[in-house]
Amino acid sequence: MPVNLNAIAIVLMATSGIPGLFMPRASAWGQRIATCMVCLGVLAGLTGVGIGFIHPDCTIYILPWQASRGALVGIDALSAFFMVPILVMGGLGSIYGLSYWPQKRKARTAPKLQFFWGTLMAGMSLLVIGKNAMAFLLGWEIMALSAFFLISTEDDRKECRESGLVYMIATHLGTLTLFGLFVLWRYATGSFDLVPMPAAGSSVLVVNLLFFLALVGFGLKAGIMPLHFWLPGAHAAAPSHVSAILSGVMLKMGIYGLVRMLSLLPDPPALWGGLILFLGATSGLLGVVFALAQHDLKRLLAYHSVENIGIILMGLGLAMLGRSYDRPEWILLGMAGCLLHVWNHGLFKSLLFLGAGSIMHGAHTRQIDELGGLARRMPWTATLFLVGAVAICGLPPLNGFISEFLVYVGLFRTFLQPMHAASLAIVAVPALAMIGALAVACFVKVYGTVFLGLPRTQAASRAHESQATMVIPMLVLAISCLTIGFAPGLVAPVLEQAVAAWQFHPASTVDGLALTTLVPLGALGSMVLVLLAASILPALYVWSRRTVRKDVGTWDCGYARPGPRMQYTSSSFAQSLVCLFKSILKPRTHEPDIQGYSPPPSAMASHVDEVVLDRALIPGFQSFRKRLGWFNRFQQGQIQNYIFYILAALLALLATLVPFRALLASLLVS
Amino acid sequence: MTDIVVHLALLLVFPPLLLGVINKTKARWAGRVGAPFFQPYYDILKLLRKGMVLSTTTTWVFRAAPIITLSSVLAAGVLVPFGNSPAPVAFTGDFLLFAYLFGLARFFTTSAALDTGSAFEGMGAAREVTFAALTEPAMFFAFLVLAKLSGSLSLGGMLHSGGASAYPAGSVAPLVLTVLGLFIVLLAENSRIPVDDPATHLELTMIHEVMVLDHSGPLFGIIEYSSALKLFVMGSVLLGVATPWFSWNGWLDWPVFISGMLGLAVVVGTIESIMARLRMPRVPSLLIAAILLCGSAFVMLVR
Repeated sequence: MPVNLNAIAIVLMATSGIPGLFMPRASAWGQRIATCMVCLGVLAGLTGVGIGFIHPDCTIYILPWQASRGALVGIDALSAFFMVPILVMGGLGSIYGLSYWPQKRKARTAPKLQFFWGTLMAGMSLLVIGKNAMAFLLGWEIMALSAFFLISTEDDRKECRESGLVYMIATHLGTLTLFGLFVLWRYATGSFDLVPMPAAGSSVLVVNLLFFLALVGFGLKAGIMPLHFWLPGAHAAAPSHVSAILSGVMLKMGIYGLVRMLSLLPDPPALWGGLILFLGATSGLLGVVFALAQHDLKRLLAYHSVENIGIILMGLGLAMLGRSYDRPEWILLGMAGCLLHVWNHGLFKSLLFLGAGSIMHGAHTRQIDELGGLARRMPWTATLFLVGAVAICGLPPLNGFISEFLVYVGLFRTFLQPMHAASLAIVAVPALAMIGALAVACFVKVYGTVFLGLPRTQAASRAHESQATMVIPMLVLAISCLTIGFAPGLVAPVLEQAVAAWQFHPASTVDGLALTTLVPLGALGSMVLVLLAASILPALYVWSRRTVRKDVGTWDCGYARPGPRMQYTSSSFAQSLVCLFKSILKPRTHEPDIQGYSPPPSAMASHVDEVVLDRALIPGFQSFRKRLGWFNRFQQGQIQNYIFYILAALLALLATLVPFRALLASLLVS
Repeated sequence: MTDIVVHLALLLVFPPLLLGVINKTKARWAGRVGAPFFQPYYDILKLLRKGMVLSTTTTWVFRAAPIITLSSVLAAGVLVPFGNSPAPVAFTGDFLLFAYLFGLARFFTTSAALDTGSAFEGMGAAREVTFAALTEPAMFFAFLVLAKLSGSLSLGGMLHSGGASAYPAGSVAPLVLTVLGLFIVLLAENSRIPVDDPATHLELTMIHEVMVLDHSGPLFGIIEYSSALKLFVMGSVLLGVATPWFSWNGWLDWPVFISGMLGLAVVVGTIESIMARLRMPRVPSLLIAAILLCGSAFVMLVR
C-alpha cells in the first residue's frame, strides 16, 4: 500500500509540468495545474510515508523489467524518513513559485521550470525508494539532470550558464564514480540489489574501495568540503525556491546515498568513522568561515549548507564509530543527530532561501550591503527569516539545537569510557562549538544588515512585502522549526525507527535502547517553558510603560544626523573575523590609489575566492588545456568524425575477441 | 525544597551586589571611599522607574532583546548548582543548553545593537561575536575536562555538588589550567578588564557598553541586571570548578558559597585596578591563550 501511494505520487509529480508545456504562454493555467498535481502527489506520498511508518513492513515491489532483476522499489523507515523533506519542500516550493516565478511575468522560463521541478521531485523520490542499483541510478540521473535545467533556468544570463556548466561537470563526475561503485558492487555481491553485503567472503580491499567510491560519489552531491566547489555558484544562480530545494533537499540525497551504502557494508573499520568525522568537522568549520566572508546573500546561505552537511557528517561518523566498536548508544545518538539534522536543515535552510527569494522579490537585489531596514517594509518575511536564522545557529529553543544536542551528547559519551582510539573523536566537540559561535556571527551579520537599521539604497527603501502564496510556505516551515524545537519528543519514535532500519549489522543492536532514555528530550522541552515564563513578567512590565518617546533618531553618542551610510555594513561587521581567518580565506582587496589633498571620489572592494574552484580547479584545468593543446586536432566539432571515433573504438574492442594467442600458437606450430 | 527556594532567591537578588563589591574594590585600590555596596540596586531600580526613548529606526527586536537576554540568563542560572546544593533543574547534557543559552542572548543583544543603525553599536556587536568565536571552544574544552574527571554529563556532577567525592587524585594540574582558562572566559564574556572596560562610555574601543548605548529606562535597567546575573552565573561555575572540595552539610554551605562569590568579585575588582585594558588587536591572543590552557588540560587527560 505505501509503495503504491508513492508510485502514484511519483507519476503525478513527474507529469505535473507536461500540461503547461502545451498551454499558450499567456495562460497561467499550466502553472496552476502543475501546482495542483504536485500538491496532490505530495498528499498521496505523505499518506504513503505515514502508513509506512505505522506499518514498517518494507513492501518490495517487483516490476517485470529485465534490467532490474527482481526487487525494484520498496519503502523502509529510512526511505520514508528521507521522503518527508522531498514531499514537504516540493509541495511548498511549488506553491511559492506561483507568485515568485509567475507565468505572467516569466512566460518563457516558467513552463520549463515547472516541468523540471516535477521531474526533480519524482527523481528524488524514486532514488529514495529504489531497492536496486538500477532504480537508484535512474532516479539519481533524473534528479541530476533536472537540477541542471533548474539551475540554468535563466539561461540568458552568463552567470547562470556558467554555474550550470560547473554543476554539470561535478554531477557527472559523481555519477561516473557511482557507476564504478555499482559495477564493483555487482562484482562483489553478484547482483544489483541493494541488500546488506554478507560479512563473510568479502575481501577487505573491495569493501574499502566501495566505501571510498561511495564517499567521493555521494560526497560530490552532498557538498563535503573539497567537493563542494559547484555548490555556491549553483545555489546563487538558481531561482530562490529552486535553491531552497537544492540546498534543503537535493544535497541530502548525497547524504542518503552515503547513509544507505554504509548500512549495507559489513564490519566497518574505525578508520571510516574517523574519516567521516574529520571531513564533517572540516566542512563545518570551513563552510561557516567562508560564509562569513560573502557579500551575496544566496552565496552565503550556500556556504552554510556546506557547514550543515558537516554537522550531519559528524553524526554519521559517530554512528560509524559506534558500529566499529559495537557501542549501540553511539550509533543511536550519532545517527539520530545525523538524521534529525537532515530534516532540520531541510526546514530552516529552505525557509532562509525562500526568505532570500522574498527579499529579492521585494527589493530586487541580493547584495547584503545594499539592503537594510527591511523589517519595517516586510514584517512577515523579517520575522520568519529570524526564526530560520536562530534555528540554523543551533540556538535553543529551536530545532537546530536539538540535533546538535544529540551529536554533542554522543561525542561526549565517547570520552567517558576508558580511553581508546575512538576517544579522539572528541576533538570534534570544540570544532562544533566554534561552528556554533561563528554561525551566530554570520546570521547576526545577515539579519542585522538586511532587516534592521536604515535602508542603504533606494531599492531597499521601496521594498514591499510578498504575497500570501509566498509567505504561507515560509510560515509552514517556521512553524515546523518551532514544533521540533519546543517538543522534540515528538520526533523521537520516528528517529528510532529510521535508525533501526539503518542498523543491519549486527542485527538491530539498537532495538533495546530508547532515545528518550539516553537524552532528556522532555527536559529540553520544559526548559523552553522556563524560558518563556521568565520573559513574561519583564515583557509585561516594559510594554506597560506609558512614558515612551518614539519620535527621535538614534542617539549615536551625539551625532546630529546619523545617516544610512554611517551604519556598519556586513563587510565591516565580518571584517575582524575575516582577519582572524586571513590565512584560509585570503581575501583580495582592490584599493584605490588616493593622491593629492582633495582626491576625487573612489571606491574599494574586497572579495573572497571560492577555495577549490577559483584557486585549484580553474588554474589546474587551464594548465591542463595548455599542455594538451595538441589533442585539439581530434576535436573538430564534426559529428561524422566523432561517430568514426566511436566506430573505431568499438572495432578495437571487438578485436580483443580475436583469439590472438591461439592464432599465434597455430602460426608458430605450423 | 528549601534548597531550591534559596537557589532561586540568591539567583534573583544577589547578582547586583557583585558589581557593588567590584566597584568598591576598585575604589579602595584607587584610594577612594567609593559608592555604597548597594549602589547597583539603586541604579537598576531608578532605571526601572524611568521613561524610555526609542529611536525611529528600531523595531521590536530592539525592545525584545533585553528581555530575551534576561530570560536566557535566568534559565541558565537554573541549571547551575550553587555551591554544594544541586541545581533545581539537572539532566544529561544540561551544560550544552547552558552554553547555548548564552549564544541565544548574544544573538539578540548584537541584533539589537545593529537595529539602531549606529556605527558605534555595530562595532561593539562585531567585536562581541568575534571574541565569542574564541571563548566558546575554550569553554567546551573546559567542559570536556570536567566531564572526563567527573564521569558525568551534567553540570551538577561536573561541579561535584551534593556531597559527591572529590575529584580523583592527579587531576590537580588539569583543573588548575581549566580554572585559569575559564577565568579568562569569564572576564571576556562579562566584558571586564583586560578585554573590555565597563567604566568608560564614549570610546571606540568598547564592546558591551557600546552595544547598549541606545537602550534607556527599564530596558537599560534589565540589561544592567542581566549582565550582573551573567557574571554571577558564570562565576558560580568557575567557583564550582575552583573549589570542588567543600562538602560540609547543611546551611553552612550557603555562606561559604556566598563568601566565595564575594571573593571572586574582589579578585575581578583587583585585576581591574592593577591592569590596563589590552589593545583590541591583542585581545584574540588572550582568548587563544584561554583555548590553549583548557586544551592543554584536555590533552593531559588523553592517555
